[in-house]
Order: sequence, then structure tokens, then C-alpha cells
Amino acid sequence: MTDIDFKSFKAQPLDYKNQRNQRLYRLLFGWMTVLLILPVLIILVLLTAKGAPALSWEFFTADPINGMTEGGIFPCLIGTIWIVAVALFASVPLGVACAVYLSEYAPDNTLTRLINLAIINLAGVPSIVHALFGVGAFVMFFDLGTSILAAGLTLAVMTMPVVIVSTRESLQAVPQAFREACWSLGATRSQTIRKVVIPNSVTGILTGVILEVSRTVGETAPIMFTGAALFLPFVPDNFFERLSSQTMAMSLHLFTVSTQVPNVPEELPFGVALVLIGMVLVLNSVSIAFRMYLRGQKKW
Amino acid sequence: MWRVALVETTMPAIRTKGLNLWYGDFQALFDVDIDVKAGKVTSLIGPSGCGKSTYLRAVNRINERLGYVRTTGTIEVMGQNVLADEVELTQLRREVGMVFQRPNPLPLPVRDNVLFAYRLHRGGKGPREEEDQVVEEALREVLLWDKVKDRLDQTATELSLEEQQKLCIARLLPVKPSVLLMDEPCSALDPEATKAVEELIWRLRGDYSILIVTHNMAQARRASDECIFMLMGKVVEHSRTGDMFVSPQQQETADYIEGRYG
Ligand SMILES: Nc1ncnc2c1ncn2[C@@H]1O[C@H](COP(=O)(O)OP(=O)(O)OP(=O)(O)O)[C@@H](O)[C@H]1O
Ligand SMILES: [Mg+2]
Repeated sequence: MTDIDFKSFKAQPLDYKNQRNQRLYRLLFGWMTVLLILPVLIILVLLTAKGAPALSWEFFTADPINGMTEGGIFPCLIGTIWIVAVALFASVPLGVACAVYLSEYAPDNTLTRLINLAIINLAGVPSIVHALFGVGAFVMFFDLGTSILAAGLTLAVMTMPVVIVSTRESLQAVPQAFREACWSLGATRSQTIRKVVIPNSVTGILTGVILEVSRTVGETAPIMFTGAALFLPFVPDNFFERLSSQTMAMSLHLFTVSTQVPNVPEELPFGVALVLIGMVLVLNSVSIAFRMYLRGQKKW
Repeated sequence: MWRVALVETTMPAIRTKGLNLWYGDFQALFDVDIDVKAGKVTSLIGPSGCGKSTYLRAVNRINERLGYVRTTGTIEVMGQNVLADEVELTQLRREVGMVFQRPNPLPLPVRDNVLFAYRLHRGGKGPREEEDQVVEEALREVLLWDKVKDRLDQTATELSLEEQQKLCIARLLPVKPSVLLMDEPCSALDPEATKAVEELIWRLRGDYSILIVTHNMAQARRASDECIFMLMGKVVEHSRTGDMFVSPQQQETADYIEGRYG
């Protein structure tokens, strides 16, 4: 009798049990995902609802006034862009060069493995420790003072390990067969890197790098002691003076207006937070756009 | 032309004496003595892991990139010791071209693939007409010109596998190598493509000395002048292909070609 059921492909008791399990697991994992995403959504919605009224053209272009209870965030916006730009220009060339060395040149020995381990550990160092390192190294030892330069370099040191790791991953995604093809045709290591390895990983490298740098936009601790000022609407025009001066920054400004200044209208801190998140989102979208472009370009 | 004269001399294209090779502590080749005749196709057969690829990769010294490979003995290519200190690897690889098991054209246009080694050894791009001529000549030689002449700007990795493998052979030719090493060049191809590539290899015979690794007995038999049988890192037998398949001298060889090793 069961034989006949089986031959007609009808579900058997065991199948019913499997189906029940299936439904159970789908529900379980589905709800976990919802649970995880919900807070993020709530934050975004709240931020937008409460912060949107603060946004206006003036908000982006004016200085804060009246003890930072009114006016805009212009100097903070510019300051953050400067600091992140310094961090980008310092960490990307160095980090990429280091990754190229580790991935393409370094022999596979104990020393290399130690270096790799150190880099991974470095990526886990808390940002406050980087901040203190920045004070000791850039502000005091190299005598840069508390300045955009010192703050940017501190952020650079902080992001360097992740830049190295993500770059190395992109480099290693280039098939070994391409390298062997190159070598067997008489290319040197550097020719191979220039003509084949980098061109085939550059989008991946950029994606990773932008993603990592976008995380530094919101960092507060590393810039707090090295270059960010609570209130400094005046900014020098000269490039070098600008680099060696302190600056206001979005993240610190958010901290200031939400906790340090009395009588701030409620929408102001939310507005600042909204813009901060917006900056990160813009950078991430660039990175995602790159990744999509990369998928379309995949050549192997 | 000197290439023609060379066929008549007795100088081997590749000669190794007492070649031992270690990957770290693991010895992959044991006292390998091989003379590969110039202008002929020599096939290298043997069970998986017996060191065929290792031997090939020792000759153009591409193994060294691994960092933990150690070699003793001598390897000569066209009478020159390739292990000597003054040997420049780029020059060696110009003389000794290599074709891999999986076709590995670079993700560049077909044209740039053919010109890759040519430009490397020239130190940059050449005049347009000269390059065009080089491309046409190389692609004609591998019977690919008519198929791809309208697609020279297409990325090479989009070609069919057969076309890719022919392209991989074509890109060696502009720098005029004398030896071609081929590591199972047909094993990723279907029977039709295999036949086409085999015919191509046979066509190149005479102009180039070809050492080809294969797992395909029929292929070794069809498309080679001489045959070398290796087992566990040692050469067991080296003779004319006809002789080896008709009357193998060693019991192991007989077992292998009759399929008793797998
Ligand atoms: N990079 C390497 N590191 C360590 N051992 C290796 C390496 N490459 C090959 N070997 C070892 O050397 C031996 C010979 O390998 P080789 O690749 O030359 O064999 P083969 O005859 O080409 O086999 P196949 O027919 O499977 O290609 C094998 O035992 C293999 O495990
Ligand atoms: Mg092999």
C-alpha cells in the first residue's frame, strides 16, 4: 500500500516532518533578520522625521551662531571633508603599496605571517588608543600641533590595516593563472603587477578603500585630541595654514550640540546626525556603484 | 635560416643531467636525464603526480617563484646552462615558451595578447604597421587569423576554449622561441578542438622543438616523434614513439600504456 503511494510521488510522513522543519527554520531566520534590521530602520526614520525640519540651504552654508544654538554647520562639513581627504591621501597609497608587497612580493615565511597577524590585530585596536597614539606621534613628536593634518594622519593610521586587508583580498582575487601566463612570457614581477594584477583588481581595491574610509567619517575619538575644535567657525584660506589649523568636524559637533550646549532646539542635533549619516551613505553608494560596475566588467 | 640548420645538428633542444628537484622537503624529481631532440615533438607521459609538470616548470624556471623549490643537476636549453648565475629569466622565457593546461589568455584584447611578449621584449609598443604584421603572422601560423581577424579588439577571455588555447600558442611566436613546453594543452578541450590543436602542434614541429605533457595515450602516439615515460619522479623509458607503443622495454611502461596504472 505504501508502495503505491510512493510510486505516485505523494508526500510520506517523513516529508511532512521535513516540511514542518523547513517552515520553522524559515520563520526563525526570517524573524532574526527583521529583529536586526528593525532598529536600523527605526533610527533612520526617527532621524529623518526629527532632523529634516532643520535642513535648509542655510543649514549647509552658514556658520553656527548664538552659542551654536542656531545657524548652520558649514565649518563642520568642510572640516570633516578635509580630515577625511587627508586620511584618504595618506592611507591609500601607503596601504595599497603595502598590500601589493605582501601579496605579490613577500615570500611565504614566518616573518610575513607575523606581519599579516600584526595587521589583523592592528585593525582591532580601539579608536581611543589610536587617538592617544596620534597625540603622541603626530601632535607632539612630529610637532604638527592639533591640526587637520594630525587628525587626518591619525585617522589614516587607524584605517591603514583595513585598507591593507581589503586591498590584499582584491589582489588575491586575480587568478594565479594570469600571473603565471605573464611570467612565462618573460614579464618581470613589476611588469606583471602593472599590466595585469592592478588593472584587474583596481575596481575591487577602490571599492574596499572607499568603504573603509567612509567609516572614518563618523569617528570622533581619534580627531578629538588631535585636530578637532569645539567651536572655530573661522577657517584660513591658505592651503598650508588650513592643514595646520584646527577645525570643527561633524562628529564632534554632533557630540557638542547634543550634550555640551544648553538650549539647543531639538531638531538641530538630529539635523547634524542626518547629514553625517548622509555623508557615509553617499560614500557607500559610490563604493556600491563601483562594485556593480565591477560585476559588469568581470573578465574571467 | 639558422632554424633549419639547427634541425640537422644533433644538439638537443633540452638536456637535463642528474636533475633533482625538491619542493621543500619533498623530492619530486630524481636524477632525471633527458635529451629532447631539436625540431621534434616529444611527449611526456606518466601517471598523475609523477613529476611531468614539475619537469616542464623546471626548464623555464617558473617553479622558482614558489620560493621553496631547490634544484640540483644541470639543465641546458640549446646548449646553454639555464641554471647559471648570469642567466636572465626574461631572456630564458623568451627562448622557452610555455602553454598551460587551462588556456590562460590575459584579460586583454586579442591583439594585445599576441603582442604581449613582443612588447615586453621590445621595451614598449612598436609602430602600428609592424605590430599589425606581427599579429597577422602569429595568428596565421596557428590557423586562427581567419576566425578572429574581425575580433582583434575583443577581450581574449571571451573566445572559445580552442581559440583561446591557439591564441596562447600564437602569443609565444612573435619573440621567436626555439622550445615550446606544453602542459596537457588539450585536456580542457573537446575532441574536435583537441584534434585541431594537435594538428597545429604537428604543424609547428620542425620550426620549434616541442615537449608536450599528455595523459592521452592516443595523442602521444599520434602526435609525437619520441616519448618519455616517467614514474614517481624518475624517467623509466625514453624511445621513439612507435617503438614505445609497439615494444616497450620496461614492464612498467607496458603496464602503463595498456592502462594498468590509471
Ligand atoms: N607547488 C608544489 N608544492 C609542493 N609539492 C608539489 C607542488 N607541485 C607539485 N608538487 C608535488 O610534486 C609531485 C609531482 O607533481 P607534478 O605536478 O609535477 O605531477 P604531474 O606529473 O604533472 O601530475 P598531473 O598529471 O596530475 O599533472 C606531486 O607529488 C605533487 O604533489
Ligand atoms: Mg601536471
